[in-house]
Amino acid sequence: MSPNMSNGGDESRARIMADVRRGLGRSELSGEAKAKLQARLQGSKNNLIPTRADKPHDEQVKLFIEMAEGVQASVARVDSAGDVPGAVADYLAQNNLTSDIVMAPDTTLDAYPWAERPLLHMERRKAVGADQVSITAAEMAFAETGTLMLTSDTARPSTLNFLPDSHVVILRADQITGAYEEGWKHLRAQVDQGTQGSEDGFMPRTVNLVTGPSRTGDIEQTMQLGAHGPRRLHIIIVEK
Amino acid sequence: MNEKPQIGLFVTCLVDLFRPSVGFAAVKLLENSGCVVTVPDAQTCCGQPAHNSGDKKNSRAIARQVIAAFEKFDAVVAPSGSCAGMIKQHYPALFSDDQKWHARAEALANKTFELVSFLTDERSVESVNATFNGSVTYHDSCAGLRELGVHDQPRKLLDSISGLELKELPGANVCCGFGGTFCVKYPDISTRMVTDKVADAAATGAGTLLAGDLGCLLNMAGRTTREGRTIEVRHVAEVLADMTDSPAIGQAEKAR
Amino acid sequence: MKSQSHDFIGRARKGLADVDLQTALARFQTGFSVKRAEAAAKLPEFEALRDEAVEIKDHSLDHLDFYLDHFATKVEEGGGEVHWCVTPEDARQKILQICQAAGARSATKSKSMISEEIALNPFLEENNIAPIETDLGEYIVQLAEEYPSHIIAPAVHKTKDQVSNLFYKHHKEKGSGKRLDGVEELVTEARGMLRKKFIAADVGITGANFLVAETGTTAIVTNEGNGDLTQILPRVHIVLATLEKVVPTLEDMTTILRVLARSATGQEFSTYTTLSTGPKRVGELDGPEAFHVILLDNGRSKLLGSEFREILRCIKCGACMNHCPVYGTIGGHAYGWVYPGPIGAVLTPNLMGLKEGRHLPNATTFCGRCEAVCPVRIPLPGLMRKLREEEFDAKLLPPRYRLGLSLWAWMARHPRLYRLAASFGRRVLNMLSRRQGHLTKAPFAAGWTAGRDMPAPEGGSFQAQWRRKGGRT
Repeated sequence: MSPNMSNGGDESRARIMADVRRGLGRSELSGEAKAKLQARLQGSKNNLIPTRADKPHDEQVKLFIEMAEGVQASVARVDSAGDVPGAVADYLAQNNLTSDIVMAPDTTLDAYPWAERPLLHMERRKAVGADQVSITAAEMAFAETGTLMLTSDTARPSTLNFLPDSHVVILRADQITGAYEEGWKHLRAQVDQGTQGSEDGFMPRTVNLVTGPSRTGDIEQTMQLGAHGPRRLHIIIVEK
Repeated sequence: MNEKPQIGLFVTCLVDLFRPSVGFAAVKLLENSGCVVTVPDAQTCCGQPAHNSGDKKNSRAIARQVIAAFEKFDAVVAPSGSCAGMIKQHYPALFSDDQKWHARAEALANKTFELVSFLTDERSVESVNATFNGSVTYHDSCAGLRELGVHDQPRKLLDSISGLELKELPGANVCCGFGGTFCVKYPDISTRMVTDKVADAAATGAGTLLAGDLGCLLNMAGRTTREGRTIEVRHVAEVLADMTDSPAIGQAEKAR
Repeated sequence: MKSQSHDFIGRARKGLADVDLQTALARFQTGFSVKRAEAAAKLPEFEALRDEAVEIKDHSLDHLDFYLDHFATKVEEGGGEVHWCVTPEDARQKILQICQAAGARSATKSKSMISEEIALNPFLEENNIAPIETDLGEYIVQLAEEYPSHIIAPAVHKTKDQVSNLFYKHHKEKGSGKRLDGVEELVTEARGMLRKKFIAADVGITGANFLVAETGTTAIVTNEGNGDLTQILPRVHIVLATLEKVVPTLEDMTTILRVLARSATGQEFSTYTTLSTGPKRVGELDGPEAFHVILLDNGRSKLLGSEFREILRCIKCGACMNHCPVYGTIGGHAYGWVYPGPIGAVLTPNLMGLKEGRHLPNATTFCGRCEAVCPVRIPLPGLMRKLREEEFDAKLLPPRYRLGLSLWAWMARHPRLYRLAASFGRRVLNMLSRRQGHLTKAPFAAGWTAGRDMPAPEGGSFQAQWRRKGGRT
């Protein structure tokens, strides 16, 4: 390493901080000025939120479906948990897809009576390259743009959202809300457990905001689904 | 504004040199709207060439000259969005270090206008007394559009002319490629841009192409004659002032 | 990558003559810009959100030291590592160290303009680590041995036929072995080719659209999902970002996200907006074991204290170049370095030097479309004009321009002499126009008359005629 190079560590941090402060024409902030910024970081204040999704809940659900379908996700609505395995089976049959499914070990998915559909073959694990169909549960969804919030944890491996060709998401109607800001509020409200070295952190390792299936416009700006992520995104909304 | 406002006409260097009829059209339109028009002697240029070349010293010197010559009028009107924009948007910033001149520049900026928008917005002109038998298409010159918001006004007045059919130009708000010194410093790129513009204009089927800035118009007219196209090019003021008997831009006097 | 911006004129000429490029650009000119207008029209709060985005960015820049410090602390608390790098060389070496420590033979990459800025790929190759571009546009460009021509649509300069030829040439053994023609087939083949590489990669390198100080989170925005496969499959995730990407809170990031995709492609929201906070947690089944953030300065702190500070608001959406009539005519490669279009016209001279990049802020008509659509209202034409002022003061203008300008300006300040000179000039032009109404050639105006005629002046000047008529002066 040449003598003029920074080593990436404390010395470099100090040097860059000094350069930034020189650019700002001041020294390190302290006292009241610093306290104000700390308060802003902790305040989690919402900025302007578009009114588009500020509606009664049943209209939010309708808007969510409209927006999600607008970005080529498919959506099915079922009345209760008991209907979910049937809805999955129907979807696979309609699209000529395999019934070998990789499903998140997520205990919320245990609420559905999969045993009633013995032809659906589930493996509860992370995804591998050969997997064709995955099932995961959503954490929340935003009517604003038909966006799902999927979070990682020990029972929710993120590879399920990206490796398989078809991704089925089970979403309870009460998880649908209006704006993305609800998602951050929700995460902050949950007590974070089990993270390495961070007692205060409420963020999961990965938060995926998913709006429709994977796509690209890189060849003559012609949209093509299934670039690297799933070609199909199917959302099953459970009313109760 | 007064009942009979005293207007200083900023004729612009290009109109003065290349197409005086635009100046006379402007005078006619202003007088018809009840203004008294003066054309101060001590005007040459608004200083854009110096400004856009980064020559702050000369920009300021020219600006001071313009301010001194025009600040006594009730309003300053120019048949050009870019020159009016120069005075309105850029003169004050030239004097950010000089409080006295900044104040004078601000005062002038507040009463400087592009011609057509002055007529509609300040003089409440709703229609013009003109006829024009034919179709036109309108190019939105960049500075007028984006610095001064000139868009609806010329269309409104053109709409009031009997016999005139306005065909909207696709890409009306895309630059024609003039850009002052740009067209001579980067001629290949400029020529391509004006070629596209002229093709779009001709494709509308309109007989005449109009705009509010002579720089754009000289550029576009120069390309239409080079390509041997039949579409004519005029300043919008000529049509509004019912002064379209003379040859279009770049055209010779017709044989009598 | 090495800058070729000094060669702008030659490169622009090449672009104008390139038939494939011109075909691609014709499609491009009415693509993103039309979609952006539709998206903006559909959201009543769009303009207000732009204003908020400006405030957030300016606030973040005003307190960059505080927020960077907080961000880094949070990353470290969460089990990640932060590497502060001053120069591109520092960043390259740091990335190499991390890759070598992981025994990496290949590194997948999602699109990162900073990795272009520091010329990372050739450096990794020299050190026997294969960089694998996974964004389809970047992949195409990598096969063509070119560099991106647009910051979010890297292969926008290619036609489908060109892509078909490239795939046929490079995928012969491992691909279908046939020349494919349809967009779907081409994308499917690329998907297959890259899938194995995603899985085999030891390291994944992403950029960052945002660094969130509140939580030590990095965020990327993609449509393909390649950024996600890049960061959750390999053992090591490296985030490469410059300082100005930091914002205070998740809410601040969210506000800017609302104008980002709409300004870039006209989408309401990108398909995948992914927030990464640290390495995998204890007990998680997938995800990277190590999380590294490279914070690179490379001239940003200097820009912070300069007259060009507003350029640091940039969120790399590409709207400026989507709307630029010059970019739309010559394409991105003409600009000669990482950033094309209006953003490039300001960044290149600032980061690479005025001598190297001086053509870029000159090759613009100041039409203002870029500023009109920039989601964070960067005064791009004004910044380009400032560069022209610096160029003028440094006497970098070719002598004949300086002379011509001085002469013009002097004349303009002496109205009577101006009128004499103008009168003379008019007479000459009238003579040369041989009563055609226009000239095909004019002295000192070869640039003009190469491509168009010059309309002839018409009679005396306006002011002379006005005086003769007894008008008020």
